[in-house]
Amino acid sequence: MSALALPLAQLDIRSRRGGTCLSEDGFCPDWIVDNLDRYVQPLLEHLYLTVISVTVGFAISFALALLAHRSGWLTAPVSALTSVLYTIPSIALFLMLVPITGLTALTAIIALVAYTQVFLFRNIINGLVNVPEETKDAARGMGLTERQVLWRVEMPLAVPEILAGLRIATTSTVNLATLAFFAGAGGLGAQIFQDITFRSNVVVAGGLAILLAAVFDLLILGGQRLATPWRRAAAT
Amino acid sequence: MTAPDNSPHSDETRRPAHEAATLEFRSATKRYPGQEEAAVDGLSLTVPAGEILVLVGPSGCGKTTAMRMVNRMIEITEGDILLDGRSVLDRSPHELRRQIGYVIQQIGLFPHMTVADNVAVVPRLLGWDRERTNARVRELLELVSLDGETGERYPTQLSGGQRQRVGVARALAADPPLMLMDEPFGAIDPINRERLQNEFLRLQGELRKTIVFVTHDIDEAIKMGDKIAVLRTGGKLAQYASPAELLMYPADEFIEDFVGADRALKRLALQRVRDIDLWRAATVRAGEPTEEARRKVADADLEIPLLVDEQGRPQGWLSERGMAGERVRPELRSRAEPTVELDDVLRDALADLIESEVHYSPVVDAEGCVAGVLSLEVISQTLQIPPGQVRTGPDLVGPGDEKVAGSAGASR
Repeated sequence: MSALALPLAQLDIRSRRGGTCLSEDGFCPDWIVDNLDRYVQPLLEHLYLTVISVTVGFAISFALALLAHRSGWLTAPVSALTSVLYTIPSIALFLMLVPITGLTALTAIIALVAYTQVFLFRNIINGLVNVPEETKDAARGMGLTERQVLWRVEMPLAVPEILAGLRIATTSTVNLATLAFFAGAGGLGAQIFQDITFRSNVVVAGGLAILLAAVFDLLILGGQRLATPWRRAAAT
Repeated sequence: MTAPDNSPHSDETRRPAHEAATLEFRSATKRYPGQEEAAVDGLSLTVPAGEILVLVGPSGCGKTTAMRMVNRMIEITEGDILLDGRSVLDRSPHELRRQIGYVIQQIGLFPHMTVADNVAVVPRLLGWDRERTNARVRELLELVSLDGETGERYPTQLSGGQRQRVGVARALAADPPLMLMDEPFGAIDPINRERLQNEFLRLQGELRKTIVFVTHDIDEAIKMGDKIAVLRTGGKLAQYASPAELLMYPADEFIEDFVGADRALKRLALQRVRDIDLWRAATVRAGEPTEEARRKVADADLEIPLLVDEQGRPQGWLSERGMAGERVRPELRSRAEPTVELDDVLRDALADLIESEVHYSPVVDAEGCVAGVLSLEVISQTLQIPPGQVRTGPDLVGPGDEKVAGSAGASR
């Protein structure tokens, strides 16, 4: 991963000026077909940023949620903290981190991870808290240890809410990663801003970002259906 | 003999209760910090193996707390609880709980597991192999009258009654010597509740587990309990007795109020026809010498002879004309309807009499042969127990009733 462009640097990516479509910054299918390879690298960068950020974000929020679930009192402060983090404008956060971690993918990832917390932490903790009291009582009464209650009862029952959080977090990360080029991390956003006036470019780069979000969403949704057969049973 | 005869407990072919444990509360007390009054205050009682103890009382009397102290869902503050002579405190809570069946009102089935997996939870915790677990699951589903397909379904696909059955099957999975049941039928509609109660009593007749059953409903307590412990606010034991004793000899005003003004009527649901002194009937057969028939009538409690067939089954009440000749002729004044069975509870028998607008009717045994005559008078005598005097039916005496039987002379 390398910083492809300086932030906001507007480069002319239209190397072959000629047709009226191009000169009018229009939507030019021919140009798109010829130039698709330009988008492969930004797409991979975007994918990388999203996967790493969501994975790390999930690991952190999962650990925090387990801790909070056990302690009881941690939930409120951690929740508040994640909300505060989420209110920081993303561009500001990227630029604030640049002096510390430089114009690198790491800078972008730190910020993106921070933004995932609000969705992930809340949904994981809510998923655990929303497990019906009588279910936990029955589990304990039957002789499950606290650890067994967590992993065999609470966690499986929290899966729908956890995965719902993961879906929002992933979609949101794909979205926010379009600004990651401010931190020098490239991605589809960098590609958009390379020629933001050229409709073809914006449509392809933006479209890829939307497609990426949609694919992730469907994957997680599919995973959720596989992981929670009892919910489908309830609907029949 | 076990105490009340409303349940199928009294069958003679009682299996040895080696699967059941004796449960003993020894001054078991629960105090919560910062609360003046104890939740359960020095509860001492012993439940013989294979019997149902019902903990009953108004809300806040500590009945659920007392039950939950047994499997240490609530820790005992003072005193002790012994299971087959061994303190529940001398093993880890989860080990203890795996040996005690647990059913709560909301059942608490695991929604993410199939019915079969729900039932298999404790066997798996105990490390049973797959084959043994699966066999046990099949056996249990059958025991609680659920078909094999139900095992593949999820709890959300079941009716309330089915969930309740699964809950009982799950609690029985590892064949525990003791079951704790906290208002297990509380969330079921009245019609199904009645059915589930009967089903459970039938099941208990086979299994003979020791059971601690919590309810706030005195009628359910009387129906389900071999022993009833009535608790009052502050977690104090107000009376510990068999249902019949509780109804006949309430210890104080609180119990009287709690049991209800209709306790005499409630007793009707406790006693079976076989438990009371029936009228002797003059049973005569067609063709029998009239003289002999008249002798029988003289010995009987009822002037009207009852015509029976060769097997002794009641045909009807003989008319005067039937006795007019040398030999008895089958001339009936009325048919012998309804017939009451020895195993009927008095309440049902009384209902039959009233419904048929008769004052008495023949009682038949399991073979259908006449065993006596039940009359409204007999029932009303049964209900009249002046204070200080003792019961009409000998079978009302259950273990633990001795103190009452000893203090009051039997009179009839």
